[in-house]
Amino acid sequence: MRAMLGKGSIRRRLVVQLSLIAAVLSLAFFLIVRAVAGQAASDTQDNILAASATSIADAIYSERGRISLELPYSALSMLGSISQDRVFYRVIVDGETLTGYDDLPAPAHFPKPSEPVFSTLDFRGEEVRSVAVGRTVSSGGQAIRAAIVVAQTRSGLAAITSKISATSVAVGIGLFLFATLLSLLAAQSALLPLNRMTQSIKRRGPHDLRPVRTEIPGELLPLVAALNNFMARLRAALAQSEELVAEAAHRVRTPLAVVRTQAEVALRRLDKPEDRQALREMIRAVDESSRSAGQLLDHAMVTFRTDHLQETRFDLGEVTRETCAHLQPTAGLKDIALVLDIPERPLPFVGDPILLQSALRNILDNAIKYSPADSEITVTITVDRHYEISFRDQGRGFGDVNTGGLTKRFARGGNVADVVGSGLGLTIVDVVARAHKGRVKIRTNTEGPGACVSLVLPLH
Amino acid sequence: MRFACLATALTVWILSLGAATAFEIEGERHYPAPEGAVTLRIISTADINVFEPIILEFQRQNPGVGIDYVIASSTELMRAIYEEQEPFDLAISSAMDLQTKLANDGFALAYSSFATEALPDWAKWRNQIFAFTQEPAVLVISEADFAGMEPPKTREELISLLRENPDRFAGRIGTYDVRISGAGYLFATQDSRNSDSYWRLTEVMGRLHARLYGGSGDMIRDVASGRLALAYNVVGSYAMSRLPDYPGIRIILFEDYVNVMLRTVLVPVNAPHPSEAGLMVDSLATLDSRPALTERTSLPPVKASGLQENSAARPIRLGPGLLVFLDRLKKQSFLQNWTSSMEQFVR
Amino acid sequence: MRFLLVEDNAQLARALVDRLALDGHVLDHAEDLATANSFIEVASYDLILLDIMLPDGDGRNFLKAHRSRTDRTPVIVLTARSQITDRVGLLDLGADDYIVKPFDFSELEARCRAVLRRRGGAADNMRHFAGVDFDSLAGTISIAGRVEPLRNRELRLLEVFFAAPGQIFSKPHLMDRLFSFTEDVSENAIEVYVGRLRKKLEGSAARIETVRGLGYRLTGKT
Repeated sequence: MRAMLGKGSIRRRLVVQLSLIAAVLSLAFFLIVRAVAGQAASDTQDNILAASATSIADAIYSERGRISLELPYSALSMLGSISQDRVFYRVIVDGETLTGYDDLPAPAHFPKPSEPVFSTLDFRGEEVRSVAVGRTVSSGGQAIRAAIVVAQTRSGLAAITSKISATSVAVGIGLFLFATLLSLLAAQSALLPLNRMTQSIKRRGPHDLRPVRTEIPGELLPLVAALNNFMARLRAALAQSEELVAEAAHRVRTPLAVVRTQAEVALRRLDKPEDRQALREMIRAVDESSRSAGQLLDHAMVTFRTDHLQETRFDLGEVTRETCAHLQPTAGLKDIALVLDIPERPLPFVGDPILLQSALRNILDNAIKYSPADSEITVTITVDRHYEISFRDQGRGFGDVNTGGLTKRFARGGNVADVVGSGLGLTIVDVVARAHKGRVKIRTNTEGPGACVSLVLPLH
Repeated sequence: MRFACLATALTVWILSLGAATAFEIEGERHYPAPEGAVTLRIISTADINVFEPIILEFQRQNPGVGIDYVIASSTELMRAIYEEQEPFDLAISSAMDLQTKLANDGFALAYSSFATEALPDWAKWRNQIFAFTQEPAVLVISEADFAGMEPPKTREELISLLRENPDRFAGRIGTYDVRISGAGYLFATQDSRNSDSYWRLTEVMGRLHARLYGGSGDMIRDVASGRLALAYNVVGSYAMSRLPDYPGIRIILFEDYVNVMLRTVLVPVNAPHPSEAGLMVDSLATLDSRPALTERTSLPPVKASGLQENSAARPIRLGPGLLVFLDRLKKQSFLQNWTSSMEQFVR
Repeated sequence: MRFLLVEDNAQLARALVDRLALDGHVLDHAEDLATANSFIEVASYDLILLDIMLPDGDGRNFLKAHRSRTDRTPVIVLTARSQITDRVGLLDLGADDYIVKPFDFSELEARCRAVLRRRGGAADNMRHFAGVDFDSLAGTISIAGRVEPLRNRELRLLEVFFAAPGQIFSKPHLMDRLFSFTEDVSENAIEVYVGRLRKKLEGSAARIETVRGLGYRLTGKT
């Protein structure tokens, strides 16, 4: 049987989808933080530049008709307080550079007072942010326009931006990992009821077809309802077919029993040897067919049970003793003595006791069948590295045939044509032995007549 | 862009060839390499006797590097690098403002190594300027003139002392002429920033006919010889190195604040041997870990702990703030104020 | 002995009645569970032979009810179901033994005997003849206080003779009683068992005589 291949796991899909959402959110977080922080840093620089330019503008004065400037120390030092960027300034009065770097570009238009003009440009091989502030100074009764340009390189800003980027990348990744972990946990917890249900169904024995009663979330109700419905139908079908088999067996076996009993009664009353022979053969035919049918059913049952082995702990000695006790009357009919040599102490074993009983019954049944009257069958259990349950009879043995082949279906010994049998007995024993990781040992006795069949089972 | 740069560099180089001697130097010494052909050209404001041990130590560790040591004033150094783009491998100066301007205006190469990473943040800027000494501005007094007198602990006390004893100090005060000395200008501008008392002190000194000097060495010599009773804003390391020679002088560290000047090194943008120059930067940056060498040079190395040792110490901060006093108008007005304070009676 | 047979198949029941009568047993036949229950109320039986599939119910339910009545009458189930699971279930429900249809009558007898022996015996298991006390259940004869155990076939053979002393039983007739139909044995095998019985009956007045050409009979005369 090919194992069922899951097509797409819910958990994986949940995790993947949640992780994707987390990734998108983390990316959005990263981009927003970087943009906002970058803007904030940029605004900070602009504000300081504007403050610097304004403080320079405030320091412009007119003296004896001449415009002059007392450059405030703080105007430039404040720019050095946040970063180690290069600083340039220029004061233009009436179109002439009053002081500063006269190659620093001036704004195309005279900036309105109280409205600083910001621009980003290349100056002396580096990108700078510049601000221009306009101021009108009265000098000698004349209004003179002064423009103050302050510029600063942006490496500090770049450093801040890249630091913020790195931090937000780290936080973003952390956020993503955390969210992924959470989504894993969420998926786990969401699927917990499903797993619980699966486990509760898995734990059941092969014949347990009761409806599922585990506590389940609403979403799973239709599925469970369908499952329960299916199990109910299966249970009904199984019960029906079991009944059918039982009914069929009953219908067939009861008439057979009638025939057999009547034949026996008739046999008591008939004296003619031909009639008697005919009746005996009829009885034999009845026995043979009922035995074969029985073993076929047994074999089917054994095969089914070994496919779904139900393991319980039981005492191997007790099961063996029970089996012997049940077959004692059968053995007695031929004056066959069952000699038990089974240790008194418990012999614990884990397996299916019904299967074991079936195997032991088949071995013993065979032994009785092939034993002569007034003989002994010795049943022993030895505990060494294995359990070994041996049935030694004093019958005809297995002749010269290959004993290994005897466990095959419908294989029979070469010297048993006169005994009723289907050839399934040892096959059943073999199947049971294998299902319990054991084996069947068949050998002809070396001392004395008969054979010995052993069931070898592992110690647990 | 790249071609433009190259073209500019080429033009600059050709120009510098034509005007190779336009800046003035005060001295030059060759330290040829025992082996190898690389010669580092260093332009420096430090005296040769102060710097020679460092050069010898460097050559001991790097035998393949010859050194050409050129001494110039800070303004001449500025001219050489800024205006004439003279191909020097290293520029060493105590004029922090000028070094900052060089870096700010794009005349310095960035350099980074384990040694520079280990420097405290206040001792470097943009990985272009690296401080290797911290030199306080001190008051040097003649012990003879202060016999039986408590030497001033703050600038206010100094002002009071001078005001109360005009006879004793008239013509016997020395300080930098900030118009010709870069270090003097740096100390003065920082003083003016740090304290209101600076301009009063300048006025008092001007009223008492302070003598103006171009360098610390001369001031120390004159205090020792008795021509001066005190010298204000003397570079501490010089004073310390002269103490054994001039037993009559005493060094006073003010308690209100002490400007600490950082001697810095940078690799000019057109340095012919930037990687060897980097080795020298490393050597200077790790000066603190070689006490035997600092002993010989008498240069106080930059220490990470330097700030805690003296709570009044204020290392002058590297950065664009230093550019303020280099502003044409600002410098003009500062010098005007200074001159009018200092020379009120001379005029 | 008195048997109750609960069996819905009239033919089988009739055949069983006939067959048991041959051995001198009485058998009441109930066709269904209701009849069986009414029989049990008025009579007492040595043994109940119970079929499983009955028109008015499952024999297993009868078995359960029977056991709960604390009636100690042993029950042997006649089952058409041969599956082991069914058989095991029967014993668990309280059946004393089971036999699968169609059955060898000798085996049914043997099982009845075994069950009765286990249950402590029926009322009339002792027979007396010519100074021989024959306990068919215990499988012993005692002659003048000397108890002699019998082997299974000896016991069955003696039962045949004790059921009708003086009657002549032919060899083929005796063979059918002693050997299963699946065994092929010669008629001479009977002589072995007759010989053994004669030996065990020594010391009493009972003797098994050979009636030349006809068979054997049990006599009490010397």
